[in-house]
Amino acid sequence: MAELFAKGEQPEVLFWVGCAGSFDDRAKKITKAFIRLLNKAEVSFAVLGTEESCTGDPAKRAGNEFLFQMQAVTNIEVMNAYEVKKVVTACPHCFNTIKNEYPGLGGNYEVLHHTQFLKQLFESGKLGLQGGTFKGKRITYHDPCYLGRANAVYEAPRELIKKLDAELVEMKNCRKKGLCCGAGGAQMFKEPENGDKDVNIERTEQAMETKPDIIAAACPFCNTMMTDGVKNKEKEASVAVMDIAELIAQAEEL
Amino acid sequence: MEYFPNILFALLLIAGIGYFARNVKKLARNIKLGKEADVSDNSSQRWKNMAMIALGQSKMVVRPIAGLLHIIVYVGFVIINIEVLEIILDGLLGTHRLFAFLGPVYNVLIGSFEILAFLVVVAVIIFWIRRNVIRLQRFLKPEMKGWPKKDGNLILYIELVLMFLFLTMNAADYQLQLKGAAHYASEAGIMGSFPISGFIAPLFENLSISSLILVERTAWWLHIVGILLFLNYLYYSKHLHILLAFPNTYYGNLKPKGQFKNLQSVTNEVKLMMDPEADPFAAPDEDAPEPEKFGASDVADLSWVQLLNAYTCTECGRCTSECPANQTGKKLSPRKIMMDTRDRLEAVGKNIDANKGSFVDDGKQLLDDYITREELWACTSCNACVEACPVSIDPLSIIMDMRQYLVMEQSAAPTDLNNMMGNIENNGAPWPFNQMDRLNWANES
Ligand code: SF4
Ligand code: SF4
Repeated sequence: MAELFAKGEQPEVLFWVGCAGSFDDRAKKITKAFIRLLNKAEVSFAVLGTEESCTGDPAKRAGNEFLFQMQAVTNIEVMNAYEVKKVVTACPHCFNTIKNEYPGLGGNYEVLHHTQFLKQLFESGKLGLQGGTFKGKRITYHDPCYLGRANAVYEAPRELIKKLDAELVEMKNCRKKGLCCGAGGAQMFKEPENGDKDVNIERTEQAMETKPDIIAAACPFCNTMMTDGVKNKEKEASVAVMDIAELIAQAEEL
Repeated sequence: MEYFPNILFALLLIAGIGYFARNVKKLARNIKLGKEADVSDNSSQRWKNMAMIALGQSKMVVRPIAGLLHIIVYVGFVIINIEVLEIILDGLLGTHRLFAFLGPVYNVLIGSFEILAFLVVVAVIIFWIRRNVIRLQRFLKPEMKGWPKKDGNLILYIELVLMFLFLTMNAADYQLQLKGAAHYASEAGIMGSFPISGFIAPLFENLSISSLILVERTAWWLHIVGILLFLNYLYYSKHLHILLAFPNTYYGNLKPKGQFKNLQSVTNEVKLMMDPEADPFAAPDEDAPEPEKFGASDVADLSWVQLLNAYTCTECGRCTSECPANQTGKKLSPRKIMMDTRDRLEAVGKNIDANKGSFVDDGKQLLDDYITREELWACTSCNACVEACPVSIDPLSIIMDMRQYLVMEQSAAPTDLNNMMGNIENNGAPWPFNQMDRLNWANES
């Protein structure tokens, strides 16, 4: 972003990579897949790179409002300095926070989740897809809480999956009734409380009931949770957990 | 002596409604113990929500069986109230079936009341079976032991008894009209139609007119006294929702569920810190207000909408049965969060009553004495409970406010979370990675 700005250029959209997308080995693959799609569609975009910082979501959900607002105000200052208008991110937590909680602190942007953005690229014809590698595969989609219930985005990811010519099979809890993967509310960063089992195992079992070839996710944290769940069931050889951006990129043979 | 029944009735009515009014006042006072909340926006959307969710029961039918049964009982309740109006006027004026002048309309009305009463009886019996014979999981959670369980059944019994009294009254009345008893029969023919009590009436065929009057009067009096008692039972019961569901759905959250409120007091502080002009060593303003307490450790730290939520909770457990933490055996149950909040608020209210209008510290609070930290930390903030609630209650907001208190006032987060927050503070990510490595992915293949 800094380089473009120095040249006096203004990209159409800022890709907010997020902490998982920047540092987590699995999530970095999602980041790169999404970037390949952006390049293919010739979208003019930029990233903040080292000027990006955690949105503050996990701090806020853990109860630390102060740390959250420090992060938020810092990020908003950076984005406002670059006159950012439109933000796209592959993380529903970043999406929710920037879209809903930043405006009250002076950060007003049009914020899209990457599934919404990709859907737009298809609609405007910048991306096209005919059949491909996933034809006929059984794919089940796990609704991330912060995309689904939190922001009522249920259809964009499903429409993208349908573009793959694959068979979309729903779990018994989906859309509004989707079961959490267990990572939200800062749970990702701590051990679970005592109970009978872990939430991600419960959700993985629901996914397995649909006998899928692929579990599609739209959140890097759900991805981790479901991947761990599949490993726990020793099914990693037959069931893949993939982000929707990865599915599209792979179908495009990018 | 001629007016004795009218006077007795008037006195009963005044007592019943007076006591109820006293409880409503107490309820309003307790709810106002909560903090301000701005809910003045968007009133048209709010009216719409109330019409859809409370009046239209739109969220009840997400579970079709319970939803349908509930609608029967609810419609029965609302419509039979028209009949209660006639009963009250008859009681005050000493008349018999005052509204009978409506003619055929009246017959249709009474007929449909009867059919509804019958359907209510059926629905109530099925509800009872679900709670006590089939023993649905969500009615058996630990927080339902004791009073909540009794309360649930008691309501069903009361409704059953009221409906039987209503039908018995009509049956005896019908017989009296057939026999042409004075005061009951009218020249214009039979008043009302009796599709259900018509089946009970033959049982009374051989009774004398005076015994019939005794039956009819007894049922009439017990019915109306029962209704007045029920009205006053509400305050002590989960049944309060039949009134509070309306304001509660009106004041329900309109923002995206993922949007948590930003604390204004923190914003002010952060702005001050970021402001290069501010003098960090300036003496604190003499008349600056007391620094606000962050988060909630007791009911008075919650907003009045959250307290209204607590009184509205129907203890149906739809939230808990959707909760991922509860489903996997953790202690957290969003229904318990609401029930604890109400119990604590009631205790605070009683404390205020006992101490002539001011609260005297009782060494207890909502945190720890009612809701444990283990419950609070088990929440994934997934919003499943909020989505599931048929009356727009938000248990998650209470959990978050209490976490805020734990972290900001007590620095009592679990160690893992403290590490996570330390990382964010120092290197801008929840993991211990260097901020300068943020773009490394771009150069890895
Ligand atoms: S938000 Fe928390 S309490 Fe509510 S359902 Fe999810 S985990 Fe349970
Ligand atoms: S909070 Fe709502 S869903 Fe939960 S028990 Fe109360 S009324 Fe039912």
